[in-house]
Amino acid sequence: MSGRNILKRLDWLTVLLYLVLVLFGWINIYSTTLADSTEFYDFTTLYGKQLFFVGLSLVFIVLILSIESSFFERFASLFYIISVVLLAGLFLFGKTIAGATSWYDLGFFNFQPSELGKLTTALALAKYLSDIQTDLKRRKYQWYAILILLIPIVLILPQPDPGSAVVYFSLFFVLFREGLPLQYLGFAVLLILLFVTTLKFGVIWVCIGLGILTSLFFLFKRADFKVPTFPLILFLVGCVVVSLSVNFVYNNVFEQRHRDRFSLWLSLEKDPIRLEQIKKTIGYNTYQAEKAIESGGFKGKGFLEGTRTKGDFVPEQHTDYIFSSVGEEWGFLGTAFIIVLFTLFFLRLIHLAERQKRSFSRMYGYGVISILLMHYFVNIGMVIGLLPTIGIPLPFFSYGGSGLLFFTAMLFIFLKLDAARLREL
Amino acid sequence: MRKLLLSSFIIVIGITFVGRLSYLQLFSFSPNQILEDPAIKSVYEYPERGYIYDRNGKLLVGNQPAYDVMVIPRETRTLDTLEFCALLKITKEDFLEKMENARIYSPRLPSVLVPQLSKEDYASLQEKMRKYLGFYIQKRSLRDYKTNSGANVLGYISEVNETDLRTNPYYRAGELKGRTGIEKQYEDVLRGRKGVKYIQKDRFNRDIGPYKNGRLDTLPELGKELYITIDKDLQEYGERLMHGKRGGVVAIEPSTGEILAMISGPTYNPSLLVGRERSRNYTKLHYDSIARPTWDRSILAEPSPGSPFKTLNALVALQEGVIDTETKFTCYNGFYVGNQKKGCHCGGGVRDLNSGIFRSCNAYFAGTFRKIYSKYPTTDEGMDAWEKHMKSFGLGDYLGVDLPTGRPGRIPDKTFYDKWYGDNRWASSTIISNSIGQGEIAATPIQLANMTSAIANRGYYYTPHVIKKVGTNTIASRFTERKYTTIDKEHFTPVIRAMANVYKYGTARWIQIPDIEIAGKTGTVENFTRINGERVQLTDHSIFTAFAPVEQPKIAIAVYIENGYYGARYAGHIASLMIEKYLKGTITRKDLEKKMLEKTLEHEYAKPLSGEPFKINEYVW
Repeated sequence: MSGRNILKRLDWLTVLLYLVLVLFGWINIYSTTLADSTEFYDFTTLYGKQLFFVGLSLVFIVLILSIESSFFERFASLFYIISVVLLAGLFLFGKTIAGATSWYDLGFFNFQPSELGKLTTALALAKYLSDIQTDLKRRKYQWYAILILLIPIVLILPQPDPGSAVVYFSLFFVLFREGLPLQYLGFAVLLILLFVTTLKFGVIWVCIGLGILTSLFFLFKRADFKVPTFPLILFLVGCVVVSLSVNFVYNNVFEQRHRDRFSLWLSLEKDPIRLEQIKKTIGYNTYQAEKAIESGGFKGKGFLEGTRTKGDFVPEQHTDYIFSSVGEEWGFLGTAFIIVLFTLFFLRLIHLAERQKRSFSRMYGYGVISILLMHYFVNIGMVIGLLPTIGIPLPFFSYGGSGLLFFTAMLFIFLKLDAARLREL
Repeated sequence: MRKLLLSSFIIVIGITFVGRLSYLQLFSFSPNQILEDPAIKSVYEYPERGYIYDRNGKLLVGNQPAYDVMVIPRETRTLDTLEFCALLKITKEDFLEKMENARIYSPRLPSVLVPQLSKEDYASLQEKMRKYLGFYIQKRSLRDYKTNSGANVLGYISEVNETDLRTNPYYRAGELKGRTGIEKQYEDVLRGRKGVKYIQKDRFNRDIGPYKNGRLDTLPELGKELYITIDKDLQEYGERLMHGKRGGVVAIEPSTGEILAMISGPTYNPSLLVGRERSRNYTKLHYDSIARPTWDRSILAEPSPGSPFKTLNALVALQEGVIDTETKFTCYNGFYVGNQKKGCHCGGGVRDLNSGIFRSCNAYFAGTFRKIYSKYPTTDEGMDAWEKHMKSFGLGDYLGVDLPTGRPGRIPDKTFYDKWYGDNRWASSTIISNSIGQGEIAATPIQLANMTSAIANRGYYYTPHVIKKVGTNTIASRFTERKYTTIDKEHFTPVIRAMANVYKYGTARWIQIPDIEIAGKTGTVENFTRINGERVQLTDHSIFTAFAPVEQPKIAIAVYIENGYYGARYAGHIASLMIEKYLKGTITRKDLEKKMLEKTLEHEYAKPLSGEPFKINEYVW
C-alpha cells in the first residue's frame, strides 16, 4: 500500500480527537508543573519531557502506519508470550517504586511491562477469538479465552498493581461482544451490587430488599408464567450466603488500606476520630481534588490561574489527578468539554470497530476501546469522587511517557487495521 | 443488541460524569471562594480608626499603640527562657503553657503570646527581640480616651463575634467593630477600609508570591474624623452632678437639634473597656443588674413624664379651641372623678392657664383634658385628635436619633384602651391620669428634652442628633429639616410665659440662677415596683424640663432622677446648674454645686432591696 493511500484511508476524525486530547492534556501538564522557570522549552522540566514524548509519539505513529497491517495479527501470539515472560520476570529482576514491583530499570527509562501487556493481550485475545474454530458458545473455548486474560492478571496482582489488573478485566467486554453469555456479566454485576449494598446497609436490609423484589416479581409476573421454584430458591439462598460472607471477606481478605478506601467511598466510618484520619490520609487526595474542581465554577479561573493547582495542593495532580486542574482552571466548560470529547471519541471507535469486515480487526478494536474506556471511567470517577481511589492514568492526558506511547500505539494499530480493511477483504 | 451494550454504557458514564461535575462546579460553587481558598492568604493592613472630637474641636477619642508579642512555634529555637520571661513580665510556667497552646493551635501560624504590652515594656523588649527567633512584635491600635465621660454616647469597640462574621462579609475573625454608641452608629466612617494583599501559598503554607501579581490588592482607606455635637465640658460636669444618682439628663440646642449632653447615671469610665483588663471590667459592668451602668437611661428609660406633660395638654386645648388663657377651673385641693377625689398640691382656688401651669394644678388640667374630649361626639374621635397632637412632639415613637439604641415611649391610642378596658368601656374620665402626665403615658428623657425643644422653638423641632461633621462632609438632611408640631405658633406664647413663671414664683422658684431667665416645668412622678409579687410604691421620680434663655433659647434640657422626690429638688437643681454651666461657663452658686456633687440617692435605691418595710418621700434634704 502506498503512503498516499494510507493517508487517504486513515480515519482523520479519530486522529483529530486524539490530537485535541493530547494537546489539551499537555497544556494542563504545563500548568501543573510550571515552576518558576520562564524558559518555555526546557527538557529538564516535566512539561518539557512530556513534550518530547508527544513528539516521540508522532514518530511512533508514522512507524506503525508504515508497517504491514498483517504483521500485528501474525505475531500476536509471540508478543503475548514475550509480555507474559516479562511480567513473570519482574519477580526476579523487577524494580520497586512506591511499594509496587512493576518496573524494569533500563537506566534511562523505567519500563512497565504491564503497559505493553495491555496491548499484546488485546492482540492475542483478538487473534484467538477470530480463529475460525473458536466458538464462545462452548465451555472449552470460553475457558481458553478467559485464561488469556487471567494469566497476566494473576501475574500483576501480587506486584501489587490493582489498577492495571482492573484494566485487564475490562477486556471481558470483548468476550461479551463476541458471544460470551451475558449471564456472566449479570452474575458479576450482581456480586458487586450485593457486596456494596451489604457494606453500606448490612445483611438484614439486603435480605429485606431481596424479599421485596421477590414479592414484586410475583405480583407483576404474567399469570401464565411458570416460576421455576427450585432455581429461584437456590438463587435467593445464594444471594443471602454471599451477603453473609461479605463481612468476612471485607475484614479478613482486604487489607486496611483497601478498607479505608471503601469506607471513605461509601461513608461507612462513623467514628469521628478515625474519619478525620482517613480524611487526612487517603481522603486528602479526593477532598483536595473535589475542592479544586468545585472552586473552578462555571468558567474556571483561567489558564495558569488555578490557585490550588499552583499551590500544589492536589497530590499527583500532573499524573492521575490531572483532571482536577482542568476543573479548576477551565471550569465546568472545560470538564464538560473533555467528557464530550471522550464520549465522541469512544463512540467513533465503536463505529469503526463495527464496520470492520475482518473479525480480528473488530475484536482488537473492541479491546482498545475497553482498555481506554476503563482508564477514562476509573480515573475521572475517582477524581470527582464517584469511585474509590484506584490509581490509573487518564489516557492521552496524564503525565507519563510510556503511558502516552502505549496508548498511542494501541490506538494507531487499530487505525492502521481500519485503513487496511477494504484491501484485505 | 450486544453492539449497543458498550455504546449505551459510554453514554451513561458521560451523563453521570457531567451530572456530578455540574453538582460540584455549578451548585456547590461559592463565588466567595477567594477567601475560602487555602492557597490564598489574605494579609490585611488596617487603617487607623477615626478620631472623635466634641462640638468645640476638643479631642474625645484618639488611638494608642499596643504591642502584641507573637510567636510562630515552628520557627523558635532554644532560648534563654528566664531572661525572656523577665522581659515579658510573666512566669516561666505561664510562658510554657502559652507556648504549648500556640503550638496546638498551629505550629506554622502566628499566635498571640502576650497581648497588649505597654510602651515601656515594648521599648525594653524591642532591643533584644532579634535574639528570639520565631517571636515578633505586632503593633495594634487601641482606643485612647481623652475624657472619663460619655461612655454611653461614645460606645465601645470589641472583637467581632460569630454573628457579625455571618452577617457581614467585611469582617474577619479577630477584627474590631463598634459595639454601642457612636462607635457602632458610625462604624463604617470611623473604621475606614482595610487594605488587603493576596498571597499565593503552597500546600506547606509557604508564601510563593503575590496572587495575580497583586492586581486584586487594595490600599487601606483611612477612617474619617468625626465631630460630634456633645459639649465635652458640659457632659463631664453633668456626669459629676449625677454621682450617686440614677437617671438621665439630655440637653439639646433647640435651634439645631444638636445634643449637647447626654448623661446616664450611673455610668462608667470608657477607658475601662480598653486594654488588658477589658474583659474583667466588662463582666463587672455587664452583670451589675441592679445599678445597670451599661443601660443608657437617657435614651432607654421610659418613666411617665409627669407634670411637664401638662404643658402639652394646655397647648392641645388651646389649639383645639376648647379653652383660652382666661378659662378657669376651681381646685378643691383636688378634683372629682365621679365620687372619687383625686388630690392636688397647688393650694386650691380658681386657676387659669398661667397659674394652672406655674402651680402645677391637677384640677385645672383634669378639666382641660375633659374639655378636649367633650368637643368631639365620641371619645374615640377625641382620642384620635389628642393622640395626633401629642405624637407631633416626637412622643410615642422612636425619635430617629443617630444612636443605635432607643425606645418609643408611649402615647396610648384608642386601640390600646379598647384592649385594656373593652370597646366603649372607657371615657376621658377613665384615663384622666393622662392629663397630668401619669397613667399610661411614657417618655424617654431624650423625648422630654426634644418636646421641650419644640416648645422653646414655638412649634417645631429638629430630630436630635449627635453627629456634627464627618471629616469635611455635612450631615444627613433628616437632621436639618424642621419637624413641625400640630400646634400654631401663637398658642406657645401664653404657655411659655407660664413656664417662665414656674421659675419666677412657681414650683421651681428655689432654683434661681442669677441673671438667667428660665422657662421650665417640674414633675413629680409616682412610681411602683414589685417586691415579692406585691405592688409597692417607691419615692417619686424627680423630673424637670426647661429651656433658657426664654427668648432665643440656647439650651433645652430634661432631667430625670429616679426616686429623687419632687421635681424641683434633684432634677430642678441639676438642670439649673447645667444651664448655668453651659450659658455662663462658671458656677456662681458654689454651695448648691457642692451639695449636688456630694449628695447621693444610694440610700433610696437600697430601700426596696433591704427586705424591710421602708418609708417613701422623706424630707432628708
